[in-house]
Amino acid sequence: MSSSTYVAPTDHAKAADKFMEDEERVNWHDKALWFIRQKRDVASKQLPEWELLRETASQIKQNVLSNLDTYLEEFERHAKQNGITVHWAADAAEHNRIVLDIIKRHGIQKLVKSKSMLTEECHLNDFLGDNGIDVVDTDLGERVVQLAQEPPSHIVLPCIHKRKEEVGELFHQHLGTEKGASDPAYLTEAARQHLREKFLTSDLAITGVNFAIAETGGFVVCTNEGNADMGAHLAKVHIACMGIEKIIPKAENLGVFLRLLARSATGQPITTYSSHFHRPRPDQEMHIVLVDNGRSIQLGRKDFYNSLKCIRCGACINTCPVYRRSGGHSYHYAISGPIGAILAPNMDMKKNADLPFASTLCGSCSNVCPVKIDIHNQLYQWRQVLSDGGYVPKTKKIGMQAMATVLSNPTIYRVAGKSGRFMMNLMPGLANMKAVNPWAKQREMPEPPKESFRDWYLKNKKKS
Amino acid sequence: MKVGLFVPCYIDQFYPQVGIATLQLLEKLGVDVEYPLQQTCCGQPMANSGFSSMTGGCDANFVRNFTGYDYIVAPSGSCVLHIKDHLHDDKNPEAATHIRSHIYELCEFLTDVLEVKALDSKFPHKVGFHTSCHGQRGLHLSQMTELNAPDFSKPGYLLNMVKDLELIPLNRKDECCGFGGTFCVTEEAVSVKMGRDRVQDHLEHGAEFITGGDVSCLMHMEGILKRQKSPVKVLHIAEILNGQYE
Ligand code: SF4
Repeated sequence: MSSSTYVAPTDHAKAADKFMEDEERVNWHDKALWFIRQKRDVASKQLPEWELLRETASQIKQNVLSNLDTYLEEFERHAKQNGITVHWAADAAEHNRIVLDIIKRHGIQKLVKSKSMLTEECHLNDFLGDNGIDVVDTDLGERVVQLAQEPPSHIVLPCIHKRKEEVGELFHQHLGTEKGASDPAYLTEAARQHLREKFLTSDLAITGVNFAIAETGGFVVCTNEGNADMGAHLAKVHIACMGIEKIIPKAENLGVFLRLLARSATGQPITTYSSHFHRPRPDQEMHIVLVDNGRSIQLGRKDFYNSLKCIRCGACINTCPVYRRSGGHSYHYAISGPIGAILAPNMDMKKNADLPFASTLCGSCSNVCPVKIDIHNQLYQWRQVLSDGGYVPKTKKIGMQAMATVLSNPTIYRVAGKSGRFMMNLMPGLANMKAVNPWAKQREMPEPPKESFRDWYLKNKKKS
Repeated sequence: MKVGLFVPCYIDQFYPQVGIATLQLLEKLGVDVEYPLQQTCCGQPMANSGFSSMTGGCDANFVRNFTGYDYIVAPSGSCVLHIKDHLHDDKNPEAATHIRSHIYELCEFLTDVLEVKALDSKFPHKVGFHTSCHGQRGLHLSQMTELNAPDFSKPGYLLNMVKDLELIPLNRKDECCGFGGTFCVTEEAVSVKMGRDRVQDHLEHGAEFITGGDVSCLMHMEGILKRQKSPVKVLHIAEILNGQYE
C-alpha cells in the first residue's frame, strides 16, 4: 500500500447525517420507497414464473457480456443498414463531443432530452450548457431536479427526495404557478403546458436506450410519460445515447426484459410506453452513440463484470434500507444506491472508496435484482479491493490490525477480555477518528457481565 | 455425535447467558457437546471491513479448535455464515472443508440435524422475532420476502413449540436492523435510524420481548430500547427455547 493513495472522499456517512437532520423527510422518503418495493412484491408474485424469468434474463445477459464485441458489431451493421448513423465513444468526453458536433452541425441552440442515466454519468447537461446549448429535461422528475440545479437522486424516480411543497415553490419561481400551490394535479398540468412548448419548438431530441437489439439494429426506449416519443417524433434529429452493455441478442428477448423491468421498477405490469425505434423517418436524422466509459474495464474484473447486466430498474435502490434513510445524493455518483456503490469504484476508486462500505450487506438488493446481480457480494469484494489498494483511512487499518492480533491469539484475547472486556473499548476504537463514542451516542452499551462464558464453563462444566 | 460449541467472541464477553442457554439446550436434547477452550472469533469483523487479508490467524485458530467434531454449532447466524463462506487454512485444507460443511446455526441444527419435534419450554409472552439478514438471506433459515417462493421459517417452527408464546406479526418481516458490523459506528446515524425503525415495528405490534438468532442485531436493538427507557426486553432465541428464563 502506498501511503499517498488515500484521499478523504466525499463521505457517504457525512452526507447521510445531513439528510437525516430532517427526520420527518427521512420517514416519508423511507415509506414512499418501501411502498414501491411492496408494489414490486405484489406484481412479481402474480407471475408463477417470476424466478425463472430472472434466471433467464440473467443468462441472456451472461451470453451478451461473454460475446459483447460480436453483438455490438452485429448491432452496428444492422443499425447502419436501417439508415441510423452509429458513433463510438471511448469515454464521457468523447460522447459529449460527438453529441455537441451533431448539434452544432445543425445550428441548433435548444433541445429536449428524455431520461438517460448515461448522459447523467457523462455530465452531458453541464457540458452542453457550457457550450451555450439550452437542454430541457422532459421527464417530469428530471425537470424538477434540473430546475433545482441538482442531480437526480434515484435512477427511476429522480426527485423522490423532494416534497410536493418544494416542487410547488420551484414551479412558482420558474414556471409562474401560484405561490404556495402544491396540488400534484395542478403542478403536473403546469409542467405539461411548459414542456409542450419545449417539445414543439425543439429541432433535436436526445433519448436514452433501454435495450438495443443486435438482430434488428433497432432499439427500445421505455418511459411512463411518453416524453421520449414526444421529443423524437417532433424533432428533425434524434440522438440516442447508450452504454455498450445495453445490447440484447434478439427481439424475442424483449419479452423477458420488458416483463421484468416495469414490475421490478414500480410494480406495473409494463411501462406505459415501450417505444421501438428502427430507422429514421424520411425527413429525419437518427444517431446512436455507443459509449464505453469504463465498461470494458469493469468487464475485465472477474468479481464485478456481471454488474454490467443491470437494466436500471431501481429495485435494489428501493429495497435498500440504507438508501431509504440516507437519500440518493449521499452516494455522490450519478447512480445511487447499491448498484451505484458497485459501479462507482470502477470509475474512480479514490473518490468512491466510501460507497461499498455504505451498506450492512443485508442482501435484499441481490434478491430483488431482476438480472440476479450478486450486489451484496460485490460490495464485500470491493471492500477487499479498496482496503488492499490503500483506499481506506490508515487509522482503520491500524485498528483492524490490532483487532486481528487480539482475536487470533487465545491468550491475548483472554487477557484483553479480563482487562475490561476489550470489545467495549474496541467498538468505539473502530471509528477512533470521532471524538465521541459513536456507539453510545444514541444507544446504551451492553452491561459487562460478571464472567465470560469461558470462565463460567471452566467453573461449571469442564469435565477433567 | 460429538458437537463442538462455538461461542462467538462478543457472546463470550457480553452475553455469556446465551452460550449457557445454547449448551444446556443441546445437552437436554441429548447431544454430546464440548466447548473447545482456545477459541476466539470467526474473523468476520476484519473481513467485512475489507481486511480479509488479516483473517489468517483467526482461521488457523478456528481450525485448530474445531477439528475432529461431527458438527460445529453456534448461536449466531452471522458468524456461521462467515465460516461457511470464508474459512480456509492452507495447512489443513481438509479440516477446513469439513468445518465449513458441518457448521450449523443453532436453529437449523435443531430442525435439520436433530429434527426436534417438541420442546419442554414455556414462555407466556408476546414475542417479536427479529430475522437477521445473514441468518435468512445467507443461511436460508427462513424464506425471503423478496422471492416468489414458498414461505417457511425454522426459528418460527421452533418458537411455535414453546408453550404459551405468542408470536406477533410485523409490518416489515425481514428488514435489516442496521447493525452491519463496523457499519454501526462508521454510519452511526443511519444505523441508529434503521434500528429505531425496526424496534418501533415490534413496539407497535405489542411485543413484550424481541428475540432473534444473532446477538449482534439484538445488542444493537437492546441498546436503542434501553436508551428509550423501554420496558421491552431482548432475549436470544436460545434463552427462550431452553426455557430457563425467569
Ligand atoms: S442492479 Fe439489478 S435491481 Fe439494481 S437497478 Fe440494476 S437491474 Fe435493477
